[in-house]
Amino acid sequence: MSLAFQAEGLVKRFGKTTALAGIDLAAEQGTVLGVLGPNGAGKTTAVRILATLLRADEGRATVGGYDVVRDAGDVRRLIGLTGQYASVDEDLTGTQNLVLIGELLDLRRRDAKARAAELLEWFDLTEAANRPAKTYSGGMRRRLDLAASLVGRPAVIYLDEPTTGLDPAKREDMWGVVRSLVNDGSTVLLTTQYLDEADALADDISVIDHGKVIAHGTPAQLKQIAGGQTILVRPLDPARLPEVATILGTVAGREPESPGRGVVTVPVDDDRAFPTVVRRIEDAGIGVMELSLRLPSLDEVFFTLTGKPAVEVAA
Amino acid sequence: MTTTIERNPAVTGTAPSGQPPARTFRLARHSLALARRSLIKTIRTPEQLLDVTLQPVMFVVIFVYLLGGAISGSQSAYLKFLLPAIMVQSVMFAAVATGFSLNTDVKKGVFDRFRSLPIARSAPLIGSVLGDLARFVVSIAVLLGFGYAIGFRIGTNPLEALAACLLVIFFASAITWIFVLFGVIMREPGAVQGTAFLVLFPLTFGTNMMVPTDTLPGWLQAWVKINPVSDVMDAARALMTGGPVGDTVVKSLLWSVGIIVVFAPLAVRFYRRRV
Repeated sequence: MSLAFQAEGLVKRFGKTTALAGIDLAAEQGTVLGVLGPNGAGKTTAVRILATLLRADEGRATVGGYDVVRDAGDVRRLIGLTGQYASVDEDLTGTQNLVLIGELLDLRRRDAKARAAELLEWFDLTEAANRPAKTYSGGMRRRLDLAASLVGRPAVIYLDEPTTGLDPAKREDMWGVVRSLVNDGSTVLLTTQYLDEADALADDISVIDHGKVIAHGTPAQLKQIAGGQTILVRPLDPARLPEVATILGTVAGREPESPGRGVVTVPVDDDRAFPTVVRRIEDAGIGVMELSLRLPSLDEVFFTLTGKPAVEVAA
Repeated sequence: MTTTIERNPAVTGTAPSGQPPARTFRLARHSLALARRSLIKTIRTPEQLLDVTLQPVMFVVIFVYLLGGAISGSQSAYLKFLLPAIMVQSVMFAAVATGFSLNTDVKKGVFDRFRSLPIARSAPLIGSVLGDLARFVVSIAVLLGFGYAIGFRIGTNPLEALAACLLVIFFASAITWIFVLFGVIMREPGAVQGTAFLVLFPLTFGTNMMVPTDTLPGWLQAWVKINPVSDVMDAARALMTGGPVGDTVVKSLLWSVGIIVVFAPLAVRFYRRRV
């Protein structure tokens, strides 16, 4: 496998602020790299450097083997960019926006129109095709933005917080689009503040904070960082909660917690703990409504890594 | 990249992927595509043409009816003197909008999309300037129509009058590059407009637009004589109402080219650098 893009030791300062303090990012072809971090972590700055919009003060980056500074023109042929900043023109219709980009990508006008129609249909915007983009809803705008970045069939697609501000159903739609892009062989760099989004889409995740990568790995590896697994039990009869807590405490060898009404949880390190708990609860004749073994959420991972919640400002 | 990536029809579709066909005159085609964008925007929001249409009409009304009698004894004689010059002034004011909207575009991020495409950095700027030529045409048409209604008549022939209009439009497109530079450098659209007007007032009013140069105090005469806008106004007058053209047309053309040669590369340079 070859790398679709690679950034090494990127540093970027804006006046006294250090946006990037030496960041490495890379993704193999046909995979999704999730770049996860809170507002102001440096996600957008990194994307802008990889998209040739901004020059790094130090470090280097390549896309498809081309240097983002020296071979910027070649890089621009390979990439598609969608973000809150790389937006469409509000006064133009959906079709006009996409045809314009097609023409700028040297498609013949006829081909540009065909491509526009195709993308509008794929993104379910055919009915709105001839309306100015300013009349679009938020979700439609995002879809048009994404369509605009796909006109040239980019091999590498940057999605900078593509679902921020979208309602849950629209997010699911967007996730479906990202998955199909990857199925088609594209490589995606996805920045997000949402841990569930990175978990759902990314093959690899780089967690960044204050301009540095503070963790990198598969979603499963990152979950390992936050400690082992957690057993959760919800008895049918809430009155039997103390009994359940005692069993969990004995098996796990530590104090169980009660994070919600009628639920007890305890973190465990041993793989045999879960079957033991199941057996003991059965022996005690306690009916359960819910009994599960789960990995820590990425929220917990982030908290472990940085000592603070992932999403402080937004959402 | 050496690997060709297979795509399914949802993303692939009609046109062949890979390198686009090598086509000549890329800069010209890209600029024209972007000019069409500016034109579409103008057509879609005609209210933004109010300033380039009503303002010159208002100037004509104020100057001709308020001051015309006092300045030249007769309103119709003054209209003949004033209107070609107002034409120059109004397209220069109309040129500010290009810098203004460019600045807005850069701020909104529309231009980030263009910057991430494999097109020349100058294409979006050239496109804006070309697209906004339409504003000049509208401005001149409205002004001439209004002038005709209140008694202005072309004293030469349609061909020379057309030459006057083209000369004025060419000069204004040169001036536009100054405002494009402002639009690229400044942080706020409002600042672009404010600074542009600071430049425009001495350039347009510091001329023989309203009164003959020899009625002015010496220091002002000196400014009026070196101000290229005076030449353009004189050329427009001569071509529309008759009288000696002299070297005014050549001087206007030279000034226009000179302004473009200086300000267009500067604007592109700063645009390239802008974050």
